[in-house]
Amino acid sequence: MAMDEINKAGVTIPPELQGQIAITTLDKIYNWSRSNSLWPMMFGLACCAIEMIITAASRYDFSRFGMEVMRPSPRQADIMIVSGTVTKKMVPQIVRLYNQMSEPRYVLAMGACASGGGPFKEGYNVVSGIDKFIPVDIYIPGCPPTPQALLHGLIIMQKKIERQKLSDADWYKKDVDNEIPVPILGPDLIDPRKYALIKEQTHKPAFQVVEEVQNGDE
Amino acid sequence: MAMSEQVSVSQIPAFHEIYADQVKLDDREGYEGFIIPAEFLVQFAQAIKSKWGYDFLSSVTAVDYFPDMMEVVYHAYRSLGGPALVFKVQVSREDSVVPSLVSVFPGAELQEREAWDLMGIRFENHPDLRRILMWEGFAGHPLRKDWKEPYFEEENKPFSSRWPEGVAVRSETLNPYGSNVQYPKDFDPETWTPEADESLYLGLKSFKENDGLDTEKIIINLGPQHPSTHGVFRMAALLDGETIVDLKPVCGYLHRNHEKIGERNTYLQNMPFTDRLDYISSMSNNFGYALAVEKLLGIKPPERADYIRVIMAELTRIASHFMTTGFLLNDLGAFFTPALYALKERELILDVFEAASGSRMMCNYFRFGGVFQDLPEGLLEVIRDLAFNRLPKKIDEMDALLTENEIVRSRCIGIGVLTAEEAIALSASGPVLRGSGVPYDIRKADPYSIYDRFDFDVAVRYHGDIFDRYLVRIEEIRQSIRIIQQAVTQIKDGPIFDGKSQYSFKVPPGEAYGRVEGPKGELGFYLVSNGQANPWRYHVRAPSFINLTSLRQMSLGEKVADVVAVLGSIDIVLGEVDR
Repeated sequence: MAMDEINKAGVTIPPELQGQIAITTLDKIYNWSRSNSLWPMMFGLACCAIEMIITAASRYDFSRFGMEVMRPSPRQADIMIVSGTVTKKMVPQIVRLYNQMSEPRYVLAMGACASGGGPFKEGYNVVSGIDKFIPVDIYIPGCPPTPQALLHGLIIMQKKIERQKLSDADWYKKDVDNEIPVPILGPDLIDPRKYALIKEQTHKPAFQVVEEVQNGDE
Repeated sequence: MAMSEQVSVSQIPAFHEIYADQVKLDDREGYEGFIIPAEFLVQFAQAIKSKWGYDFLSSVTAVDYFPDMMEVVYHAYRSLGGPALVFKVQVSREDSVVPSLVSVFPGAELQEREAWDLMGIRFENHPDLRRILMWEGFAGHPLRKDWKEPYFEEENKPFSSRWPEGVAVRSETLNPYGSNVQYPKDFDPETWTPEADESLYLGLKSFKENDGLDTEKIIINLGPQHPSTHGVFRMAALLDGETIVDLKPVCGYLHRNHEKIGERNTYLQNMPFTDRLDYISSMSNNFGYALAVEKLLGIKPPERADYIRVIMAELTRIASHFMTTGFLLNDLGAFFTPALYALKERELILDVFEAASGSRMMCNYFRFGGVFQDLPEGLLEVIRDLAFNRLPKKIDEMDALLTENEIVRSRCIGIGVLTAEEAIALSASGPVLRGSGVPYDIRKADPYSIYDRFDFDVAVRYHGDIFDRYLVRIEEIRQSIRIIQQAVTQIKDGPIFDGKSQYSFKVPPGEAYGRVEGPKGELGFYLVSNGQANPWRYHVRAPSFINLTSLRQMSLGEKVADVVAVLGSIDIVLGEVDR
């Protein structure tokens, strides 16, 4: 960050100290350091993971943006790149990994599958996008997105982080619990937040369910 | 091998005459092979293995001929080469029980579990018949024709319901739960207890020997989120100290329902889906699928297209083997530096793919009867330069840096051994089979496309350990470079496509099995057509999935740290393992 960019607090610095100290806001320096040391979680799901590895390799090299440290442990990671198709069998683990990440944490949905199911959306074991379960900050289109697209998404992520404020950051508030209930594998995937809806639907007489579906069309 | 003298490798014996009482010829139009009664199956399997030399059971799958019957289809080969012996067992849909062939061909284990999981066929006397791709407790067997997925709209694509009156309707709005789920009637989520992993752990053999010490064996899980597993793969291992006593692969975390989706798609719509099977080698996947459909259609591509196909498939093999070697070193602890060298070469090959097809990874380049477009001007020069100048130098460099490396040698030599007999019995293919001393390469054993025109050797090594599998890959890169060198010299101008250019066309009824020697092993596509524009059955014989059958055998008695390297040497890609 350039000197004139960081000196935004409105304090005049004496000429003999110029170029040696900077006076800035806490938000600015905090966000600056956070956004330039984003540690992604080393976590690949499918095809997109290969492009993610390529982005880390020498040709595209995302360490130029402060992201070279990939950590397999969610405790040490800042950003989860959901790189591939989210299946019903895998989603409990992904939600658990997300819950284990410490705040502030970010999620990047890489590619069509993670964003909305992609080409495999109609599959019986496929979740139509990870945002059905965990909050997503950035979506990157593509199947798979090129390394350039992933880099672009990560840079947008940095910009988003730079706009955040400590005063309204969720993770410093007292009563905010961002724990996501872990889905359960039943006869099909069960989202614990939807117990009431599931019970209501499965206990309807059969003809009503059919009617409902047809009405939904209109 | 007691093979009768007058039978050559390429001849299939007339089993319907030899076993006239039990075996029938499959005389449906467009079908091949024999129909075996279920009670004769094990005996027949033993006979073909011991008397006729069919020692390699390549593929086991099932077809649901709704509403008439279930058919289990087996493809067996001689490890000496030659075409497939196809045999089938027909059972009723309501009570589908077939004797398991695991006792004769241990390589059938995972495939039979898959057929149970997806088709609901019970294999009697199977040692561990649990679901493999879905989870225990899942309702139904999804590949049965009368099983409908939650987002079901119509039997076949293109769906007319997708665009009623020109407005797209999202699948979510049609589903009462607003997401991709469905539950049986009267299901109560609050009283549901999910199936724990008990049945998986009980399947692990406990360590029987008592050495007088009061020690406890521990079960550890590697994955599905683990940096060593190359994706979302999981291994449950039973350890005695640090030694592996038993191990079970657990897959399905990337099960994307390739086959169910494929049976709703038109034939051409499946082509981009095959890219996403083994997503490191999309061109090889295209190749296998195109061959299978071309068999059904009875067409052949023009000569130039054949050359382009071979060049692309061999470039894919080079890219894939480079990557595998780089990541094997990752698994050995040399984190990322060797992989960077490997990925650098792969990028150059991906540039060729991008120029030819428009996409780096998901090429979608082959068509039935040719390829999608001709090579752009100047690309052949680039390939020639790669094949004659760049790649030979780089493979020598990699060889020099790694093969004599003391750490690589001591971590790899003698570890994860699979003997030739075990490799054949466990249906291993590709570098895993050839690393164990079996010179079986489909390009030579059952040549397809124009591979019979090229002069190349089958890479083979004889110790069956990690190091030999690595050496086989290095040697195969060299042989692939040789093939490309010949191909770019021989290729002539001409048409590149000789087929139908509609996206939907009817395919004559029948079955076809197209197989290629992919970078991971034998990649096969089993297709059944009922004369419509969509395949009735679409099955992928995935080499990395079936090679996993031998993971346990390779890992027994090794240290837990070596299992990571053993897995790296099998070279799995989860898109293909789970499909």
